[in-house]
Amino acid sequence: MSSALIDLVWQSTLETLYMVAVAGILSALAGVPLGVLLYVTRPRQILAQPVVNTVLGVVTNVGRSVPFIILLVAIIPFPRLIVGSSIGTNAAAVPLTIAAIPFVARLVEGALNEVSPGLVEAAQSMGATPMQIIMKVLLPEARGGIINGLTITIVALVSYSAMAGAVGGGGLGDLGIRYGYNRFNPTVMLITVVVLVVMVQLFQSLGDYLVRKSDHK
Amino acid sequence: MITLDNVSKTYGSGPGAVQALKEIDLQVPKGTIHGVIGLSGAGKSTLIRCVNLLERPTAGRVVIDGQELTAMDAAALRQARHQCGMIFQHFNLLTNRTVYDNVALPLELMGQSRQTIRERVLPLLEMTGLADKTKQYPAQLSGGQKQRVAIARALASRPKVLLCDEATSALDPQTTASILSLLQEINRQLGLTILLITHEMEVVKTICHRVGLISDGRLVEDADVGDFFTAPGTQLGREFLNDFLKLEAPQALIERLEPEAGPNTHPVVRLTFSGDSVATPLISRLAREHGIDVSILQAKVESIQGRTLGLMIAELMGSDTQTREALATLESFDLHVEVLGHVQRTD
Repeated sequence: MSSALIDLVWQSTLETLYMVAVAGILSALAGVPLGVLLYVTRPRQILAQPVVNTVLGVVTNVGRSVPFIILLVAIIPFPRLIVGSSIGTNAAAVPLTIAAIPFVARLVEGALNEVSPGLVEAAQSMGATPMQIIMKVLLPEARGGIINGLTITIVALVSYSAMAGAVGGGGLGDLGIRYGYNRFNPTVMLITVVVLVVMVQLFQSLGDYLVRKSDHK
Repeated sequence: MITLDNVSKTYGSGPGAVQALKEIDLQVPKGTIHGVIGLSGAGKSTLIRCVNLLERPTAGRVVIDGQELTAMDAAALRQARHQCGMIFQHFNLLTNRTVYDNVALPLELMGQSRQTIRERVLPLLEMTGLADKTKQYPAQLSGGQKQRVAIARALASRPKVLLCDEATSALDPQTTASILSLLQEINRQLGLTILLITHEMEVVKTICHRVGLISDGRLVEDADVGDFFTAPGTQLGREFLNDFLKLEAPQALIERLEPEAGPNTHPVVRLTFSGDSVATPLISRLAREHGIDVSILQAKVESIQGRTLGLMIAELMGSDTQTREALATLESFDLHVEVLGHVQRTD
């Protein structure tokens, strides 16, 4: 394996990690609150708002139903507005984030749904405000489930980021397509896949470890 | 301390509406332990949830310590709830908080300083016997210990009222006894008013001063525990009592019982003694004064809230006149006589 190839693989790995990290962090920052909103505005919940809940639900579902490769090219003008360019790694991080937000939101909503309603009732009986219930009961009690959801998101992002090459975003998937597939180089293809497998394993193990550490159920 | 005034609760509307509570009037004086007993689905849970407005009554007023909760806005209600601790059948402890932090939660919600929280939480853990468990998580505790944590947590805000929602129903009999004695101790030491709902007569017998019986959303009885156990006022009350005392006539006798007296029958009676009548040597008196024989088929003595309760199922053996006179004598005493039926003479 030439040193040029090693450089390429290393460079692509960093690009993938960069895209996943940026999209992961931003989508968590937006997706967790959205997931909380989806949950607490449900009927009979602490901030029941049926109309808001339906609207948020529809928006979230639309976001989740657009195939990523289409989202990637459909919103090309949008990254230019945000990161100044519609091509490159930064530009690819924008659709990744947008795709991941509703994904995170639904996983967080599901994790909150696992919290026993009795705990919310107990907090209400102590005179907790809705905000206190969210911050001191719902989120801490759903911590394991939320970390699990974020791990799933990160792994999905690793896979989605393989399509970033479509907008010149680089990354391991792009390397595999251009060098491995288009140039008939099975070695490069194999290397990118192996690196991706190792990366996913590491993320999953880290996630599992954090869940174990944070959850006392 | 707690007053429910004509409280009703209806779920849904139109023809599908379910009336869970119907015009409940209930008074719980300061410092008393008031039990509400009833079958599943009778409305017990709804009743206790209406006291701190976890369920908002459809009609009626709820007053705790002179404050009308039903007239309050959300913020005032949250303040009022600090006066009103609650414990639950399934404990409802936060799994990701330690014992200490669970007990600290209500104080955190009230915005108390770390220092104050410490000063309140530690004595409570001491009192509930959890001083060595402060750093453990609920998953590491037994059911009884979890309920102790829940009790300590409910007391942290120094409430005047404690609501217990089937607090011992998920516990084994021994643990139940220890939790009940803890509640009793709290009632005595802190003068806390306790309203508890349960389906277990044992709980009522052990710690309650007064008891209400709820059936199909209505409070059908509300009496001193001693009175309720000696002379329940309703059929359902008697069923609860008989079930609890398990004093039924033997099956073989029930099969022989006839509803009406015949020419050759003896009455079978269930006698419930209480108060002074327990000490009266009744049976020998019946034999001496009326010349009848009394065959005791079942008997039991219970001590309820310091009052002795005796139960007996007996066949009165004598001539028609003798047994009629004997029954009249029995009824003149302070005891409850119930003629279960008549059996053919075998002598």
